[in-house]
Amino acid sequence: MGSSHVDLSKRHTEKPSFSPEKLAEVQALMNSYPEGKHKSALIRILHIAEEEFGGWLSIETMDYVAELMNIQPIEVYEVATFYTMFNLDPVGKYVFEVCRTGPCMLVGSDQIIDYIGEKLNIKVGETSSDGMFTLKTAECLGACGYAPMLQCGKKFHEHLTKERVDEVIASYREGKVPN
Amino acid sequence: MGRRILLENDHVPGIETIDVYRKHGGYRSVEKALKKMSPEQVVEEVQKSGLRGRGGAGFPTGMKWSFLAKPEGVPRYLLCNADESEPGTFKDRYLMEKIPHLLIEGMIVSSYALGANQSYIYIRGEYMWILDILEKAIAEAKAAGFLGKNILGSGYDLELGVAPGGGAYICGEETALIESLEGKRGNPRMKPPFPAVKGLWGCPTVVNNVESIAAVVPIVNDGGEEYAKIGIGKSTGTKLISASGNLVRPGVYEIDMGISVEEFIYGDDYCRGIAYNKKMKACVPGGSSVPILPAHLVTKTAAGEDRLMTYESLADGGFASGSMLGSGGFIVFDEDQCIVRNTWNFARFYAHESCGQCSPCREGTGWMEKVLYRLEHGTGNLHDIDLLAEINKKIEGNTICPLGDAAAWPVAAAIRHFREEFEWHVTNREEAQRKNYGLLKESVA
Amino acid sequence: MVKVTIDDVQIEVEEGTSILNAARSVGGEIVPPAMCYYSKLPGTGGKCRTCLVEVAQGSEKDPRPMPKLVASCSTNVMDGMVVKNKTSERVQQNRGGVVEFLLINHPLDCPICDQAGECHLQDLGFEHGGAKTRYEEDRRTFDPIDIGNKIKLHMNRCILCYRCVHVANQLTESRVHGVLHRGEHAEISTYIENAIENDFSGNMIDVCPVGALTDKTFRFKSRVWFLKPMEASCECTKCSGKAVVWMFGNEIYRVTARKDKYGEVEDQDGKTGWICNDCRFDKKDVSKWNVEGPRKIDRHSVISQGHYLSPRSGAQKTIK
Repeated sequence: MGSSHVDLSKRHTEKPSFSPEKLAEVQALMNSYPEGKHKSALIRILHIAEEEFGGWLSIETMDYVAELMNIQPIEVYEVATFYTMFNLDPVGKYVFEVCRTGPCMLVGSDQIIDYIGEKLNIKVGETSSDGMFTLKTAECLGACGYAPMLQCGKKFHEHLTKERVDEVIASYREGKVPN
Repeated sequence: MGRRILLENDHVPGIETIDVYRKHGGYRSVEKALKKMSPEQVVEEVQKSGLRGRGGAGFPTGMKWSFLAKPEGVPRYLLCNADESEPGTFKDRYLMEKIPHLLIEGMIVSSYALGANQSYIYIRGEYMWILDILEKAIAEAKAAGFLGKNILGSGYDLELGVAPGGGAYICGEETALIESLEGKRGNPRMKPPFPAVKGLWGCPTVVNNVESIAAVVPIVNDGGEEYAKIGIGKSTGTKLISASGNLVRPGVYEIDMGISVEEFIYGDDYCRGIAYNKKMKACVPGGSSVPILPAHLVTKTAAGEDRLMTYESLADGGFASGSMLGSGGFIVFDEDQCIVRNTWNFARFYAHESCGQCSPCREGTGWMEKVLYRLEHGTGNLHDIDLLAEINKKIEGNTICPLGDAAAWPVAAAIRHFREEFEWHVTNREEAQRKNYGLLKESVA
Repeated sequence: MVKVTIDDVQIEVEEGTSILNAARSVGGEIVPPAMCYYSKLPGTGGKCRTCLVEVAQGSEKDPRPMPKLVASCSTNVMDGMVVKNKTSERVQQNRGGVVEFLLINHPLDCPICDQAGECHLQDLGFEHGGAKTRYEEDRRTFDPIDIGNKIKLHMNRCILCYRCVHVANQLTESRVHGVLHRGEHAEISTYIENAIENDFSGNMIDVCPVGALTDKTFRFKSRVWFLKPMEASCECTKCSGKAVVWMFGNEIYRVTARKDKYGEVEDQDGKTGWICNDCRFDKKDVSKWNVEGPRKIDRHSVISQGHYLSPRSGAQKTIK
């Protein structure tokens, strides 16, 4: 802790802008709520913005969302910093979020986290030097019966063993989403 | 295998599509309710069924519905709580993933009963792929005339939306869920007013768990009385249990309320015992926030009676020797697991998930986590154990929402039942550090 | 009108009154402390939990006691309700717990804090705090930051009452600061360096119950108890111009709004007497004010002498 302001060295140099298709999707989301209640679409739009603009939410991205939604930038910052799924710093191409909560821990999630870290030569919170992978931990992701597990994008990789982690990483390296 | 009401068709290929779902009897309840029943009659059936909220609190669903305010000219909302985040709980995910139309069907009938013309499913952001499944199912239901204007010619209109969260356990608390659905931070609201009076956008709102809403389907199809015949006493119907931890066969099971805990853990139809022929050390039967029970109190109550999978039996003995059914997140620990480590792990979870709004929770959960971290990592002291108990008491009951209690109970119960293990961690620091825990499968064999 | 008993004092108040406001209508010892609730700012309250009280009897109709302590600022009285504040051991213990929570990460830097002497947390700490801390961990720290050129934010001292957020929502056109992150990492911030430029932003300082938001034009100038608070007014086009000027000799050291004994800005001409930034920060020249006379400070702070009784006299409490 210690810094109350975000690190301004991390920015997008260009102003983000949705493609016409994405913009239409975002507008439709806002319009799906009753008049004057379009702020309800904020969280979903942030997910879309994150996906579109490099996997994380820069100040520029958040300001752009605020502008689109006609709300104050602080309303976006408040929400983006509250919910843990949003990355406030740049991330690798693939973000591994390994569940570390009780039921996963009981069947070895700590070793899985260590193993991924060793394999990619990074600590939790860091991105591999090739920019491919970011390792994060997450609290219970709802896969307790199929633990240990990690989430990457929309995909849950469950029943992890070291061998399985090897396969998953190899597959992503080839640009394929593992089964 | 026990009776399956909700998950009857979970293994039917293509059951996630509306055609297959309808071939297996899907959407009958919508036809029945909208054509032959008044909204009040649907509420009545749910009241007769004795259905209790499946999210964790166990509050009677029919009663919750009856509290909904109905001022003229003000819209009412039904929100489905699919923010399943309680550690050890993954049943709603299973249901939505496998049989999305069951939830959609339940939402239609329940919305009709409550007079809601716009309903939402709020789903945790990490389940984004299920959001896609649900939206596809909604589109199918709409094309088939089960959603939209004048459903089945009944004159009843309903639109159904899905909204994702962004990663926050607290949004499972109903007022935090509402805040989040309004596009804000998930800070729970002060109550009263309750959502039934002032909920989403200030309008009367009911928030129900996925499983509760799904259960309305068989209740309408077969009648509340039929449903109430399953189970024991005030624990009626079937319950989805998410089993995890050191079990031979973890997973989601639909059980009749009232089977014995013994059968659930060791029975061939269910979890088939503890993995690797180990012994059970402890069990958290209802999700991480309910009190942990040592092995001897899991299958038997303190009075020596068989412990059953019901709200009442699991709570038998109060917090001294009982626990709670909660969300049905059934976590089993084998003999090699470390209770201190697990207690720290859960405390870390709650500190991580506290919204930070009220002082006892914001400061207290973080404090407990730090003290437990020291105990687990070999730098704790004996007086820390009493300190934890004290912090606990100052959090419990003093917070805006139940997260404070949820954080306090597991710590209190762990100390209550496993104090010696906490002390051992202080008196045998080095050995405690070497002790194994949660080994991966390959390393155990 | 409904009848309610608070600490054996019977009061009649209008229906819909909170327990806290019912107690304030009588005043004195029965009034629970409030760190986050602010009657002039709708939407505040419920967060700090210092105002927790015991409801020994719910109402005449339903006399059952409430199982949990309730936040008196956000719980309305019922006819026949019986409330215990000072007279409840449970309340005193739990309030002590809340104060301990508020203090574990607090820097306790009163000797260099401008709020000292008129700080509600200092008062609470005196009344309910333990003599020793049981917190062995590192305290949470943040760097102090400027929010605008006249306001300093010391997040280390903040108790997250959210009052300043409500001030910005209600008094300014667009809010640029808010609560970021969550749990014990929650903080008041602008996220990016961002000045709060608004004629009424200075009122955030007046509503802050602790020394988290302080007036940079007064920073380290003097301890408040060395100053003489004087009621003063001026011709102002932006606000009522009715303020308190804090003087040393003939010099004005700082300007604040006129606050009541609960630290709340008083009404002026039928409206809440918020003052504008010009009056607060820029009018330090005594010739610009019509000094009306001494301001009576009757709130319980060190400014009003004799409040802090010596512990040895045993009048307040025994320090453990």
